[in-house]
Amino acid sequence: MKLRRSMMFVPGNNPGMLQNAGIYGADALIFDLEDSVSINEKDSARELVFQAISNIKYPSEIAIRINHIRTPFGRPDLAKILAAKPNLIRLPMTESAVEIQTVDAIITEAENRYKFAPGSIMMMAAVETAKGLLKAYEIASASPRMVALAIGGEDFVADLHTSRSKHGRELFVARSEILLAARAAGINAIDTVFSDVNDTEGFINEATAIKEMGFDGKSVVNPRQIQLVHDIFTPTAKEIDHAKKVLVAYEEALARKSGVISLNGKMIDLPIVARAERTLAYADAVGAGAGRVEA
Amino acid sequence: MSAKLLRAAQAGTVESNDIMISVSPAEPGSGCSVTIVSPVLKQYGRQIKAAIEAGVKEKGIEDIIIHANDKGALDCTIKARLNVAILRAVTEEEVMTR
Repeated sequence: MKLRRSMMFVPGNNPGMLQNAGIYGADALIFDLEDSVSINEKDSARELVFQAISNIKYPSEIAIRINHIRTPFGRPDLAKILAAKPNLIRLPMTESAVEIQTVDAIITEAENRYKFAPGSIMMMAAVETAKGLLKAYEIASASPRMVALAIGGEDFVADLHTSRSKHGRELFVARSEILLAARAAGINAIDTVFSDVNDTEGFINEATAIKEMGFDGKSVVNPRQIQLVHDIFTPTAKEIDHAKKVLVAYEEALARKSGVISLNGKMIDLPIVARAERTLAYADAVGAGAGRVEA
Repeated sequence: MSAKLLRAAQAGTVESNDIMISVSPAEPGSGCSVTIVSPVLKQYGRQIKAAIEAGVKEKGIEDIIIHANDKGALDCTIKARLNVAILRAVTEEEVMTR
């Protein structure tokens, strides 16, 4: 199981941040060539990120957020970065399947040129506009390279003519649509950033809410947000205990050839068994042991 | 392959862990001249100079004047900043797409 609980953005033109990015334990690092890099430093960031991933051994999955291929920078980004074989290319402001397929073709060509295994460079896309959201499933399923769909909240709410709030109602539909599209396509759903790094309570509330919705992870902008996300995504001791009991009850019912399974007076059916299996597999993947003790 | 600098150019910043590299054209036959300012000059000056000279050689440039203001950059950062400074110095303005 590939974990993408925390995907940390790292500005692509900052050597200090690039060289230290691997020490914080994020599941994935997103080296950014787009919004955090000024127009006249695009060449510099592209080269710096290329040298960093070619020379520094990172323990996390490495994603590169390129500039959109409609801009003059997107194709040069890919031409430089693909030679260093990042794990993932993240396309921002995605609005159609064609954009994904265009990037996919460029990656395929690079894999052939550099003799990388076919399909070894994956893709994810960020939906950041109303137009993109209406095509979310097409985007999510546009290429076998696609492993995750993300919502870019700040641009999205600007496109909706509103702004971010603590309660997040303005993003509820978009988050739901992104999640549905990602699940239908069989890929990860990743939530947007929470920009106020000093509002820990707000961050925890938002991360808890998106975990409850079904998201697989959250984009983060500061190392101190990583452990908070990981804690929230770690199954509780109670959840693990319940999952184990469900599976024991299921096994016993199978042995008895009984069609009706119950646990503590509650009926257990197959979706509950599947959820229990997913909980235990996830607990195993995150190294949760006996689980997180709830506060 | 040899390349010729068309103008002076620079890349990088003077923030911690970075290096600002300034390059300018030199007279033909004058070779590669490197000056370095760094808080770790005594410990790593030779290594920084070697990294810069290797990068210049890789680019096929023979005559160049380089000034490096180092703030504790790793070799990969030195190489990145040097490559971009040279790229900016050898690229025709009208075809430059950063």
